[in-house]
Amino acid sequence: MNIHPSPELVIDDAPARRLNRAQLAGIALLGVIGLFALFGPWLVGIDPARQQLERFLENPSLAHPLGFDQLGRDMLARLAHGARLSLTLAGLSVLSAAIPGTLLGLLAAWRGGWPERVLAAFADAVLALPGLLLVLLLSAFTPGGFWPLYVGISLALWVEYFRVVRAASRILLASPHVEAARLLGFGPLHIVRRHLMPELLPRLSTLMRFGFAGAVLAMSALGFVGVGLQPPTPELGVMMIELLPYYGEAPWLIGAPVLLLFLTLFGLLLLAPEREAA
Amino acid sequence: MELRTASRFNPAWRGIGTALTQRLLQAALVALLVGTLCFFMTRMLPGDMAYRIAAGRYGYDMVTSAAAEAVRIELGLDRPWLVALGDWWARLLQFDLGVSQVTAQPVSVEIARQLGPTVRLSLLAMFFSLLVGPTLGVLAGLKPGGLLDRFTLAVSVVLRALPSFLLGLVLVLVFSVKLGVLPAAGHDDHGSMVLPALTLALGLAAVSCRVARDAMVQVRGSAYFAFALTKGLTMRQALLRHGLRNVAAPTISYLGVQLVFLVEGVVLVETIFAWPGIGHALVHAIFSRDVPMIQGTALVLGLMFVLFNALVDTACAFIDPRRRA
Repeated sequence: MNIHPSPELVIDDAPARRLNRAQLAGIALLGVIGLFALFGPWLVGIDPARQQLERFLENPSLAHPLGFDQLGRDMLARLAHGARLSLTLAGLSVLSAAIPGTLLGLLAAWRGGWPERVLAAFADAVLALPGLLLVLLLSAFTPGGFWPLYVGISLALWVEYFRVVRAASRILLASPHVEAARLLGFGPLHIVRRHLMPELLPRLSTLMRFGFAGAVLAMSALGFVGVGLQPPTPELGVMMIELLPYYGEAPWLIGAPVLLLFLTLFGLLLLAPEREAA
Repeated sequence: MELRTASRFNPAWRGIGTALTQRLLQAALVALLVGTLCFFMTRMLPGDMAYRIAAGRYGYDMVTSAAAEAVRIELGLDRPWLVALGDWWARLLQFDLGVSQVTAQPVSVEIARQLGPTVRLSLLAMFFSLLVGPTLGVLAGLKPGGLLDRFTLAVSVVLRALPSFLLGLVLVLVFSVKLGVLPAAGHDDHGSMVLPALTLALGLAAVSCRVARDAMVQVRGSAYFAFALTKGLTMRQALLRHGLRNVAAPTISYLGVQLVFLVEGVVLVETIFAWPGIGHALVHAIFSRDVPMIQGTALVLGLMFVLFNALVDTACAFIDPRRRA
């Protein structure tokens, strides 16, 4: 939900060579969830919208490990499609925020002048509102759509990459080793690749973790309160609010999307380098 | 201390001046952004706007193209969109937020009614979180690696992986359904504010606890703290005189970052708990595509965000003299 990761959390850390145990656990956890999202819909092989009304709220069985939901749809199939939807949105919006954000940040630090001022003003405008409000306003244009969510989240996220990359690159570009590389005649591409990227990558990866978590959260939160994707889309937040009335009779039904969301966010938290996790 | 009281003005005010100017600029940006987005929202709604308004006035069966044309000319809907956008901004500048298309009440009246509950909820949540988070953080930071430190770390990680809308559900299940001690939703009695406020507060405290803990660990390792102990102060005295202020500085400035979480959380938590505040109204306005209400509520939430930020800036300048530059 906190779509803008805090600058305070972006700790200036030497890149850790070895992964600690928590990070390994996080990678394993996210790997399993990623595989489930990637192959789950195909492995389950059942249409998540197919209703068998006579089987509503049926208990889990070997053939249908999570049973059926309130409308007689296979829960595992819906969960797998929901996972795929959430991770796709998060991955897409992180990439389409990180790539332009980083490039524009580099450009602003390198060129300075009016492009930097224009970009900085635009970034300030986006940051003036909390990210979720911006996403809400954009999603009000076409309620229930996937694209406004994607555009809104990417728009809210790119600013952080821009600001962090610009601030860090400015300092790096003025440093003696970059100056030496310039005097030796190396071009911008070489300097960015060899001198800037190694310093920027740890910060970028922190931003990406936060951005990914923020995107997954924003989508499910909006689905949950009814202004995100609309039923019958198998989206995690939509599923939770739909299955909430049945928590007494079939707790595993609402438990499944809740657990999936929780584990995704938990896995992302585990990925943090030790100092930051504290 | 003597030097500072000798000057007529508290030097804190100088730094605050520039910070507040920036916040004013941010407030203007919020208005511009929300206003422009909402203007285009009205333009992009399906159907012809003149017909829609005429239908609202005369009823759907009575609309003729002549009536729609009259409305179009009367409201200036035939003007180019840039002129209309300028007009929209001018009305926003005069604090004319229009009329809700659902309740037919002026948006300002609706918002005046909803602002109180939202402010009360946010302040109570902030108060709870500051009571729990930094206190536990300082205690945990006194013994890094101790039982309390490890326990608060575990709770904080779990709370951070639990979105506020799910945390709210868990609290409702425990306190309303199982124990039956607190109302689950609504706005009838005082108890109904406890669960939404607690939901927000736990989310905030989960992070501020760790920030305070790290600050405390840093203070304990610092030279000035060691010196305070060496010159014979007790742990308690050293903590009160030299420790807490230095823990408070990063904790309060981190509060500025947490305001994003607070304002976003207010929207979600109010909706879940049916708390009659501005966030709840915003979600419902989006439901019913009531653009004047969307604009009004988003604007007020955005301005509230800016105002809280300004308060945090002020508090920071008073606590940390280094930020008064």
